[in-house]
Amino acid sequence: MHLARAMTTPLVPDDYLALINPAWSARELTGTIIEIRCETEEASTVVVRPSFPWPGHRPGQYLRIGVELNGIRHWRAYSLTSDPDHPEGLVSVTVKYVADGRMSPYFTRRAEPGSVVFLGDVEGEFRLPDPPPARALFISAGSGVTPIWSMLRELERRDALSDVVHLHCSRTADRVIFGDYLRRMDREQPGYTLYEHLTGECPRIAPAQLDELCPDWRDRDTFLSGPREMIDAMLAHWREHGEPARLNVERFQPIIGRGDAEVGSGGTVHFRVREVHAECDVGVSILVGGERAGALLPYGCRMGICHTCVGRLRAGTLRDLRTGELHGEIGETVRTCVNAPEGHVEIDL
Amino acid sequence: MSTTPNNSSANGSISPHGGGSDAASAPFPPEHPFARLTRTQIDEIGDAFQRLGDDVRADLGEADALYIRSLIEFHRRLAALSRVVLMASRYPPAWLLGTAGLSAAKIIENMELGHNIMHGQWDWMNDPGIHSSTWDWDNVSPAAAWKHSHNYLHHTYTNIVGLDKDVGYEIMRVDPKQAWHPVYLLQPFYNVLLMLFFEWGVAVHDLDFEAIRKGTKSTSQLRDELLAIGKKVARQFIKDYVVFPALSGRRGFKQTLAANFTANLVRNIWSNAIIFCGHFPDQAYTYTQQEAADESRGAWYLRQLLGAANIDGGDTFHLMSGNLSYQVEHHLYPDMPSSRYKEIAPKVRAICERYQLPYNTGPFLRQWGMVQRTLVRLAFPGGKIRPKGAAHVEPPARPREVPTVPAAGGPIPAFP
Repeated sequence: MHLARAMTTPLVPDDYLALINPAWSARELTGTIIEIRCETEEASTVVVRPSFPWPGHRPGQYLRIGVELNGIRHWRAYSLTSDPDHPEGLVSVTVKYVADGRMSPYFTRRAEPGSVVFLGDVEGEFRLPDPPPARALFISAGSGVTPIWSMLRELERRDALSDVVHLHCSRTADRVIFGDYLRRMDREQPGYTLYEHLTGECPRIAPAQLDELCPDWRDRDTFLSGPREMIDAMLAHWREHGEPARLNVERFQPIIGRGDAEVGSGGTVHFRVREVHAECDVGVSILVGGERAGALLPYGCRMGICHTCVGRLRAGTLRDLRTGELHGEIGETVRTCVNAPEGHVEIDL
Repeated sequence: MSTTPNNSSANGSISPHGGGSDAASAPFPPEHPFARLTRTQIDEIGDAFQRLGDDVRADLGEADALYIRSLIEFHRRLAALSRVVLMASRYPPAWLLGTAGLSAAKIIENMELGHNIMHGQWDWMNDPGIHSSTWDWDNVSPAAAWKHSHNYLHHTYTNIVGLDKDVGYEIMRVDPKQAWHPVYLLQPFYNVLLMLFFEWGVAVHDLDFEAIRKGTKSTSQLRDELLAIGKKVARQFIKDYVVFPALSGRRGFKQTLAANFTANLVRNIWSNAIIFCGHFPDQAYTYTQQEAADESRGAWYLRQLLGAANIDGGDTFHLMSGNLSYQVEHHLYPDMPSSRYKEIAPKVRAICERYQLPYNTGPFLRQWGMVQRTLVRLAFPGGKIRPKGAAHVEPPARPREVPTVPAAGGPIPAFP
């Protein structure tokens, strides 16, 4: 191995092995799409065979998955919907079509079996505790049902559906992802009660309705996954009327600052390596904000040409100060000198 | 220079140059483009170059990704094949073939791949394997040191005597603005040494001899930098001068060692020649720190345009020079994929023509000859600034003569 490395420096042996067969390179974790299954008109389950033995995951966790579109690699995080111990080592994520999205139209409309995807880390603290709670309440809306689905399957497989109430919001009944399966469970499992709340007919479940839909909600461990406004409303309700520690939440949408398109909103930056927190006013770059907060950051030309100041973006949205455009994807390396935070940003620097 | 970028200017919120109407603050001689152009014109030039760059960046996509991936694959295949052929290096034809292949591979790897990828030209792909932050190249210069001295110092302060350490690389007098010192009498001699061992010059360039001499660089930083060079040198030496020669067996050891040494030498001479042609030909402008102070975005583009020199050539020549033969385009857009320089060159020339600016280009031997003449002349005291190029005029496109075929009533235009 040392010899092989000495021969290939500054590259690594895998770079040459990949010339013979790309799958022999272990430089990056990849997988092959083997099936795309329509769940509803808008949602599809993408089944992937990883190029490596799947290390397993906890139901409720999500997977970072990368795809190259028009020469550019994009990453998104989707909840894993596969069983952690699939006998063939397959994994799946379930994706809902978003009209102005980039990845979801690819997965739901264009991807075909055989396409290669890049696999990132399994992450997420939104998962079932061990042992599972005796009495649980699940609240989901739209595609927020996907991590809940994984948890419910796990409970069913472990015969632990002792006393579970599930409130799910969807526009119409046929748009409920995994609807047939959930309804079957509702019929066959005495410990599982499904309440489908169709927002095509009435507004989304409000916290005040909980007393009516699930009167003993205060005594249950609650798992909530849905849009941000719903989570905010429920969190406030639990803080006021319940035990906030018993409410577990999954947020699906990034937190984007509100600002007009001209100048942006400014925001805060967490430099995760230096452990520095900085505030950037409107039009102040991440680099300058960090320096003002006392961080010694790499920099060069300070005008976006030399790439000395790059850091990996971990969370948040950026505004390019040269074009005024919003951008930023998790895992992307970005130039701190020409980008300002739009809301809160986490960066590996 | 180190001001905050903002929306209106990629170059920082620095006050624009006083040209034309504001002649009192302009330190330039009257015939200098900076003195001739008005502030408005300089701003227009800046906007035009900015738009041109933005258009290309918006258009990057799959075809570009395919280009760099294919070239990386081609380089790896060529390098591997050449190394295999060199296992039989005790047979002269194999030696010749292997050495030629390895030389070409090293040239492509250093220039079109290494130089350009480490510039961040391919960072937009977001591929961790083809990224300025992870790439390292096949020579003795550590990547981090090179990125600092080249991407930052050279490309930001291009041709500003005293700030851009690539003006003479701290050991040569390439511009009459540099003060003469008796040591420069040896310049024609060590110029040849630098040609032969260029990668070593590049490796130690970022150490910053001036800072070491003045004691402004801390001992620990110097030690870390030397250590980085040492590690890189050791890895390169073990590969080229121990492992691969050993793979050729006892009877081929020396021949393969000689082949690898030759390939490094060829790469050094070639890259030195191309790189010296980038800024040292006569027509390229250099600047004093005073001239480049308080620079607007337009003035920054203008300084880059006037300070670089292209080399004419065909597609293979441009590939083997890492497209640094499009030095003008490279300096306007250092992080634009090099494969796009050819397509924007006519648009850059059109801007030059519109504002009566020179566009420096010439055949390789002429540009290189000028550089060598300067290096010899400036070894001695004195020397004056060489005449600069005239405003670019695009040669009129020759109307294509439509071929004809004979017909009963006389020749008619050929089809298709």
